[in-house]
Amino acid sequence: MSTHGELAAYLALVLAGFLPSEVWRWLGVAFARGLDEDSEIVVWVRAVATAILAGVIAKLTIFAPGVLATVPTPVRLAAVAIGFLAFMLIRRSVFAGVLAGEGALIIGALVFGG
Amino acid sequence: MSAPAPPSTLSAFLAGFVATWTSVFSYVLFGTYTGIGAIAHDFGFSVTWALFSTLLVWAGPAQVILISTLGAGASLIEVAVAVGLSSVRLLPMVVALLPMLKRPGTRTWQLLLPAHFTAVSMWVEALRLLPQQPRENRIAFCNGLGCGYGLTACTATVTGFYLAASLPPLMSAALLFLTPVAFLMSTLRNSRLLVDRLALAFGLVLGPLFAWWQLGLDLMWSGIVAGTTAYLVHRLREALR
Repeated sequence: MSTHGELAAYLALVLAGFLPSEVWRWLGVAFARGLDEDSEIVVWVRAVATAILAGVIAKLTIFAPGVLATVPTPVRLAAVAIGFLAFMLIRRSVFAGVLAGEGALIIGALVFGG
Repeated sequence: MSAPAPPSTLSAFLAGFVATWTSVFSYVLFGTYTGIGAIAHDFGFSVTWALFSTLLVWAGPAQVILISTLGAGASLIEVAVAVGLSSVRLLPMVVALLPMLKRPGTRTWQLLLPAHFTAVSMWVEALRLLPQQPRENRIAFCNGLGCGYGLTACTATVTGFYLAASLPPLMSAALLFLTPVAFLMSTLRNSRLLVDRLALAFGLVLGPLFAWWQLGLDLMWSGIVAGTTAYLVHRLREALR
């Protein structure tokens, strides 16, 4: 990349990457003044934050980015389901769930084409 | 960090830093950021740029969106809106985290660094570990967590960047898949209350549905509708008790 292109890339990083993310953190600091951690509003915003994250998780699985899109959608969904089952069956272990989900994705992609 | 820190603050910072070594999230984060380093390479960004995106943006999904849309030549405004929407979730996370850190007399600037470090992995671990820490140590502990995860993520970004050339497509796909799977598992583990579990379940269904309907700001609306429904069910259940 040229020096000019490189500079533009950093400018884009700050304007389209850093600021649109950081502004929510700053607003969070502003809104959090005088809030109690057990207050009803905090319970509600935690529910909204969890639901937004859940939306990102589901969207990354269904509308997959990059090379992940070459793995068939049913394989991706089945891999998430298998990961979830492993998590529930093996002492609610994050590690077991991730390992099972990844294993299922790789095997599924190899068997059903990727 | 320029002034010499009292021993208790320093030890709290180190306790947070060390806590990341034994956390499952460090491995998850390493995998996620290896994937991000790899896609940054594939879209033609430099390794320094990728490293700065990890330090400055510090949110996995936002970085995936930033790199893939910028790299595909989308307009700056379009990219900023997409990144901004994916990062809306940081606002309620910060709002939920900061009351655990604050004491009477805590200054706003002291909260800016923990707020910057707020991302899924740090948030989930902070919510789990902070109650065991004395309140006066919590800000330092959070900064330690953030620095520990940050170091892991930066190492992984560079590793992924240089692996990308040699990584077969299936392994790249598996690396990208780490993000949704790991985030799902970690959120599941952290959801002990009914309200959180319902919010997770409703969000998983409504997120893609709203996106499919192509409503503007779909992520924000699905989050608000799913989260509020979960909260109302929780209130109803409390009232019926």
